[in-house]
Amino acid sequence: MSRPSRAESLRRVLQDIMYYKSGVAGLLLITLLVALSIYTVIALPVDRAIYLWRSSEIWLDNPRTAAPEWVQFFVGRELPKTVVLDSRAAKLGVAKSSTPIFGTNMKKILIEFSFEYSYDDFPSEVNVFLNAKAAKQLPVLKVIWVKPSGDAITLIETAMSGPNMSLYVTASEHVLRNMVGYVTAKFGFQPSDRCTQLRLLFGQYTPDALRTGDMVIEKGRYRLIIDATVFDEQDDLDAKLVVYGLVHGIAGTDHLRRPLEIALLWGAPVALAFGLTASLVTSLVQMIIATIGAYYGGLLDSLIQRITEIYMVLPFLPFLIMISVFYQVNIWVILVVVIVLSIFGGGIKSTRALVMQIKEYPYIEAARTYGASNMRIIFLYIIPKILPPIVPGLISAVPGFVFLEAALAFLGLGDPLLPTWGKVINDAFENGAVYKGYYYWVLEPSALLILTGIAFALFGFALDRIVNPRLREL
Amino acid sequence: MVPASLKGFLKYSLIRGSILFLTVVAAIYLTIVIANMGGKVDEIVLSELRMAITQRVNMDPQYKNLPAPEREKLIEAMLENEKKRLGLDTPFFVRSLIYLKDAITLDLGRALYMTSDSGSRLVKNIILERLPATVLLFTTVTVINFFIHLFLGLYLSRHYGSFFDKLTVALAPTSVIPGWFYGILLILIFYTWLHVLPPGGFVDVPPPEEPVAYALSVLKHMILPMAAWIISGFFLGVYGNRTFFLIFSTEDYVEAAKAKGLPPRLIETRYILRPTLPPIVTSFALTLIGSWGGAIITETVFNWPGLGLVTYEAISRFDTPVIVGITVIYAYLLAATVFILDIIYGLLDPRIKVRFG
Repeated sequence: MSRPSRAESLRRVLQDIMYYKSGVAGLLLITLLVALSIYTVIALPVDRAIYLWRSSEIWLDNPRTAAPEWVQFFVGRELPKTVVLDSRAAKLGVAKSSTPIFGTNMKKILIEFSFEYSYDDFPSEVNVFLNAKAAKQLPVLKVIWVKPSGDAITLIETAMSGPNMSLYVTASEHVLRNMVGYVTAKFGFQPSDRCTQLRLLFGQYTPDALRTGDMVIEKGRYRLIIDATVFDEQDDLDAKLVVYGLVHGIAGTDHLRRPLEIALLWGAPVALAFGLTASLVTSLVQMIIATIGAYYGGLLDSLIQRITEIYMVLPFLPFLIMISVFYQVNIWVILVVVIVLSIFGGGIKSTRALVMQIKEYPYIEAARTYGASNMRIIFLYIIPKILPPIVPGLISAVPGFVFLEAALAFLGLGDPLLPTWGKVINDAFENGAVYKGYYYWVLEPSALLILTGIAFALFGFALDRIVNPRLREL
Repeated sequence: MVPASLKGFLKYSLIRGSILFLTVVAAIYLTIVIANMGGKVDEIVLSELRMAITQRVNMDPQYKNLPAPEREKLIEAMLENEKKRLGLDTPFFVRSLIYLKDAITLDLGRALYMTSDSGSRLVKNIILERLPATVLLFTTVTVINFFIHLFLGLYLSRHYGSFFDKLTVALAPTSVIPGWFYGILLILIFYTWLHVLPPGGFVDVPPPEEPVAYALSVLKHMILPMAAWIISGFFLGVYGNRTFFLIFSTEDYVEAAKAKGLPPRLIETRYILRPTLPPIVTSFALTLIGSWGGAIITETVFNWPGLGLVTYEAISRFDTPVIVGITVIYAYLLAATVFILDIIYGLLDPRIKVRFG
């Protein structure tokens, strides 16, 4: 009887996998995830990712908790994107002029931003960032909002409080008072309390709408004019207008305005590395321990059995959480702890039963007779024999570890630096995604977690049926 | 004949019992060491004590005119006193053995910081107060899952190859997604989107006065966590039982029974279900016990006031006695269950009597 060569048997396994469509699907998904991970690690190196994820200043122009742009297809309305206009960057809709005031050192600086607003919903926020270069006295300025209807409202008139001043238009009481004043003067009554800054900025002014607060968007060309006076020839003023939208990029943003795709991308290599390493090391170490114990028998075997039973009584998750809380460790230390807590797990018992049978086989006896060493028998004769039934379990165990990491992150015990899927879900929950309906924030990382879990499960289950012929018939 | 087998059985029980007891002792000791961070929790307690005493001395007008070195001395003396009172003057190793003795004798002691909802500092009360909520939710769902998996598994093994059978096999991978994760998705659907079920908690706020309304309100809060666990376990559980029954139904003695022309129902109960019962019952019993420990993540997701949530709270507040207490109870319950099962199988399985006879 000739045994098939290794390459041939591998080819046969691959052929068998092709037979199971679910196995193929799983393998494809895993390949996809691995490709995504490799792309991520190369395109966005870890230091850069952590820097991007940790710094708050660089995302100032992003909207907070904005859904991804493709959400529009589902809601059937055109949701506002963010408009950024900066007087330092020449662009359509940006105009800046300065005129010296005759007979003085002073200058008039006029910055005018204009943009087309034709979206079906209100934006989320409007901010103006002012930046002055002043020798002695800071500029005084007036900010005017001109609506498509021609209504020109002075939002604020002020002297700058510092060289860098942020005007949070939609949060400013001052702005609200000025707009309410404008409406009251024009229509002869006070608008409803439900008319916020945002609605008064972008809503249509009709008496009904102003009374009830149910305002509709006024579409058209808006203008923001900053009329400033500076007090020295060398002085200058620049401004940036940001009209924050409701959608952003391909994955949306979180409460700190960070684009989620960074965390979603980085979640893939972290999840794969964590799940695969934990599963691989745990399974292999379990297998070796069980084989050695079962092969030698006696005291060693009993010791291993007793330790396994102690491990069964130990509460795994509380231990893991305890260590994460007490030592505030990073994800790789958690990985080591997970492995240490799992090596005497349930796999030992089943492998032991298998080895107990195999070690009585004639070929082992033959090997012993011709003087093969114990190590040789264990690692070259027994382990290759028990490897096939263990591999499917190894693959199917990966999702468990991936979700374990997510669970720890959900409790807020994840890696302190690296962004992961679980941490995104945790952020979403802590910032009221459930109550405010930020579906995308929870669903995006969830979908990736599910995809990863299902991929390994499909592949593992298919493998299981291949190497356990008894299951195949069923 | 009878005395010999009885002796064998007693010997077997004794050996099993002592091994299990030693296992529990070892597990509890490990928990004590880890929950105290190998003695590091003492340092935390001590530094907190020092701060409290220093503050007390500084605030006390009686010591206001005391020169600084004198005051230092006073603080040190008070600290020593407190240390002695709490037993912190003995080395950690000695204390860990004392803790072990207390834990094994179920003297769970007092919590460091936590109090039960009724204000008690006793670990026993903290645990007993939360246990019913956990048992109510997780034991119910464990029992429901058990019967669903058992009966549907049996049904599918009879209708092997049918559409539902194939569907179950195809959907078995969905069970790798844990219950808490389905919980998150269910909350999004039934609370955030549809607004029909509460996102978490035990009962409406304020709790209904009337008992029936109260029970209904609790039931309403149980729907989502239970659904999450049922969905999560469903396909794999049914698939597992179905495969299990199928493997047993191809055994030779089943074929023989079929050849004898026995009715299918009799074959099912006497030849398939009966020999498969011990492993099924074992796994059920262990899952049931496991369910009493609560589920930290699921209880956190649903804010369910059970043991899992207490465990998590105890861990985040470094409340070692509570952590140890919960572990001790869990270990004892688990060991007792295993022991009882061992005894039952020992009684039923003739091979055991022979081996120890």
